[in-house]
Amino acid sequence: MTIAEPPTAVEEPLHRRLGVTDDELEAIRDRLGGRDPNELELAMFSVMWSEHCSYKSSRPLLRTLPTGSEADGVVAGPGENAGVISIGDGLAVAFKIESHNHPSAVEPTQGAATGVGGILRDIFTMGARPIAVLDALRFGDPADARTRHLVDGVVKGVGGYGNCVGVPTIGGELVFDPSYQGNPLVNVMAIGLLEEADLTRAAAPGVGNLVVLFGSTTGRDGIGGASVLASATFADADPAKRPSVQVGETSDRGPAGASPRSSVSSKRPSVQVGDPFNEKLLIEASLELIRGGLVAGLQDLGAGGITCATSETADRAGTGMRIELAAIPRREPAMEPFEVMISESQERMLAIVEPDRWEAVRAVCERWGLPVAVIGRVTGDGDVTIVGDEGTELARIPASALTSDAIVHDRVAAPPVRRRAAPAPGVPDVASDGLPERGMDPGAVLVALLGSANLASRRAIFEQYDSTVQANTVEGPGHGAAVVRIKGTTMALVASTDANQAVGALDPWLGAALSVAEATRNVAITGARPLGVTNCLNYGDPTRPEAFWQLTEGVRGLADACRALGLPVTGGNVSLYNESSSGAIAPTPEIGVVGLLEDVSTLVRPGWRGAGDRILLVGEATPGLAGSAYAELAGLAAEDGPPSLDLERERAIQAFVREAAVRGMLASAQDVSGGGLAVSLAECCLWADRDRGLGAFVRLPVASSPAVDLFGESPSRLVVSAAPRHVPALVLLARQHGLPIEEIGEVGITGLGTGTEAEDGDAPLPRLVVELHGSGATGAAEDRGSRVADALIVGLDELRHASETGLSRALGWETR
Amino acid sequence: MTVRIGVVVFPGSNRDIDAVNALEVAGAEPVVLWHEDVSLDGVAGVLVPGGFAYGDYLRAGVIARFSPIVRALVGFAADGGLVLGICNGFQVLTEAHLLPGALLRNRGLRFVSREIAIAPERLDTPFTSAIPERRPLRMPVAHGEGAYFADDATLDALEANGQVLFRYVDPLTGERAGGEDDRANPNGSLRAIAGVTNAAGNVAGLMPHPETAVEAVLGSDDGLGIVASFVASAAARERAGGPALVTTTR
Repeated sequence: MTIAEPPTAVEEPLHRRLGVTDDELEAIRDRLGGRDPNELELAMFSVMWSEHCSYKSSRPLLRTLPTGSEADGVVAGPGENAGVISIGDGLAVAFKIESHNHPSAVEPTQGAATGVGGILRDIFTMGARPIAVLDALRFGDPADARTRHLVDGVVKGVGGYGNCVGVPTIGGELVFDPSYQGNPLVNVMAIGLLEEADLTRAAAPGVGNLVVLFGSTTGRDGIGGASVLASATFADADPAKRPSVQVGETSDRGPAGASPRSSVSSKRPSVQVGDPFNEKLLIEASLELIRGGLVAGLQDLGAGGITCATSETADRAGTGMRIELAAIPRREPAMEPFEVMISESQERMLAIVEPDRWEAVRAVCERWGLPVAVIGRVTGDGDVTIVGDEGTELARIPASALTSDAIVHDRVAAPPVRRRAAPAPGVPDVASDGLPERGMDPGAVLVALLGSANLASRRAIFEQYDSTVQANTVEGPGHGAAVVRIKGTTMALVASTDANQAVGALDPWLGAALSVAEATRNVAITGARPLGVTNCLNYGDPTRPEAFWQLTEGVRGLADACRALGLPVTGGNVSLYNESSSGAIAPTPEIGVVGLLEDVSTLVRPGWRGAGDRILLVGEATPGLAGSAYAELAGLAAEDGPPSLDLERERAIQAFVREAAVRGMLASAQDVSGGGLAVSLAECCLWADRDRGLGAFVRLPVASSPAVDLFGESPSRLVVSAAPRHVPALVLLARQHGLPIEEIGEVGITGLGTGTEAEDGDAPLPRLVVELHGSGATGAAEDRGSRVADALIVGLDELRHASETGLSRALGWETR
Repeated sequence: MTVRIGVVVFPGSNRDIDAVNALEVAGAEPVVLWHEDVSLDGVAGVLVPGGFAYGDYLRAGVIARFSPIVRALVGFAADGGLVLGICNGFQVLTEAHLLPGALLRNRGLRFVSREIAIAPERLDTPFTSAIPERRPLRMPVAHGEGAYFADDATLDALEANGQVLFRYVDPLTGERAGGEDDRANPNGSLRAIAGVTNAAGNVAGLMPHPETAVEAVLGSDDGLGIVASFVASAAARERAGGPALVTTTR
């Protein structure tokens, strides 16, 4: 806003300033029997009917997702705090992914920290002990100072919270894409383990039961935080729609925030502040309450604070709730009723307690040093009623009006007229299998890819996260899917998060389907059976037809892929309005998958296991470089379209690799994804032998273009290695699954015998050699205009240096 | 009868889970000791585990030293009882002056979580006696304040008295790690010191996590020798019914 701009002459009505439209106000009146809401009620509606809490734009779409059944082991699905799937032995796994994008954009450390805290609460609210966190982070240009500030802050937030709370961060993603420049994505997935008997619902059954609040006290932090922040774009010029992003002032200098009216106009930061120490106490106290059978229902307080927790638990049980405002412990004096009701102060829990259990509940909370108070009772009238000091009724709203009967908008979806981004000025607009420079050696391309910001090792980041606490981590971050064993059993859980925003920007259906394929494939190649899918749908402003079309297509892709692969979607989160002045983000359907490995001793890893093992390629390359890391590196315009996805082929390849793993045929298994086959082979080499590395010699048949075969990212392909005696059976098994398979090389030999041998009889330096042959790679590659030469030869030391230094270099960090 | 080993739990302890698991793997019976307890429940030894005791917002371990359980621990140690502090437990024991030196912010200023290697300086202590030979032991570190610090005179005295228990080493060669520029020294500890004992030799602390590296499925079981030494020494002491059998001054 500039000084020259004239002051607004007429003040907007309160409901609009709270982000409630005129139509929505009319719908509120309908649900209140025709009367106007008072200011407190309006504030409660405004947070509960925010996009973040109500899913008012996405609910009809989400109903199209396959949610699974008891046959899939699903014991809790969408609508609960987290999905829960049974894994046998009386055990179940709870998991969910959630976004904290907008708070992290405003205040990266606290935004990310409270993101971790919020998703952990969703897990232990179900009765599960959180055993792992994965964080999927997306930022703009890594060379940009603002991006570096955000990366640093978000990493501090994720690490600071997870490390202290004692839950290992075992995986995730870090992706840079220009579309996230003004709007980073912080998606956090948590996994918990529970005895099925401890499964706890976030419901408020039993008229007369006590409503108990425990954990931190309630303050003015995060007033309308996640709910309001996440429900408008950063480009929105209307200050009333996003009152919260003007960070800088720490206290309200106005007339003590007398009403929503004055507070909305204040510039109080609405990002919540996290306290991982309190969260740790909350975990232990909550699990102790659940195991002691002391609570009839449990709900964490997140977006929407007490308003959300009370109305959701009441609505789920078909009951009501009468809340005594004065009984709510506060950390600040003179808080207004609406502030108490919508505060998003962190680390709080709401428990429904039978009266004769209250003393026991209080004892547990006090033992853990947590404030605890009875703040109300469960009623039978279906209303959430807020009572003030002298018993005066301050608000009365049907619980359902705030939750299950919240407004739903029919948004308009329309595909863009031009589905592909125009080439940026100066970018060559010719379709090409070319490289940045003509005649460039493919080995140099591989080194460049492996050292690029998106493909380099993430070690510099994940070494700041405790990945081993709880003594369950079998495979931590850095080598594909993460693996945690289940103590006392032979079982292990395998988890991965993935989203393909590059293809999503070109084709949102394909981007979503590829994300599911990639995440599940990452789990399957370990030998594990994917159990289910959680998702975080990060999209733009749903009131824009093109953005809503992207969301619609994304949900369709998610549903199609999950149906084809036979996987239930057990929950997740939708984050809309991810736009800034530089535009909307690329559609980013973040997919989290948890799989079950029955016997952890059969775990297959991506790195080569031993010299002499044979290397086999399963599946086949299909054309299409658009959306690939190679295309980005080469600065190619998206001319040829992304590679297609055959979901039936994907299902077959995952079934094949699981069977091969369980039958003990595989020494290693890696899929082909970012950077293509060349990068997959390089990772297999680098990750071999506890990261000490093993070279490989590969003869690669090239059908059409060396660039497509080496660097293309067409899906449903695997690089596996096996002892020679297993190769015939492996080939047979692949054919039984209808899959192309070809032996392409051997681990640990140096091949051509030229170049990099060390002198004086030392063992030759390990390297990756890929000879290209076949119709697409005759010696006449140059004649055909291909810019890729006929052999790729790179020393592992060079690959390792590129991979290990790439991220720090991109972010301008000193390396160590 | 299996030996009972106490595991102190402060609000904010989190590697107590790892400690309990390691003690069970080593054949001991873990006994949880709550921070408000004033008695050690007759345990034969006490493990102070990692985590963020009381949140560690001020400085690691600084509040924990005033807890009832640590006061009990001071008496137990004075009587020769075996105490092992790991990570935050090490920080607590230095703050309580049961161990010399201090743990400062990592020299790289960032939290460090990765596998490192340490090697025992001697194999004749209650905490290393079950380790068959001196070789690099691989285990994770995970801390933000782990740079071992003491003044030169103290460091000289520690070395002269044989109180340096573990040093960071190169995982392949076993050579002592260098200073803060050497990746083998994850936090910039002076003289690559990863763990020390008190002068009497019955209290020890180290920053790395042997209790997390006790099963091959977790990537390494090199830490089991340390936990098993501690358990066996505590059992031996209990059988003898007296002060620590092992004297460490040489």
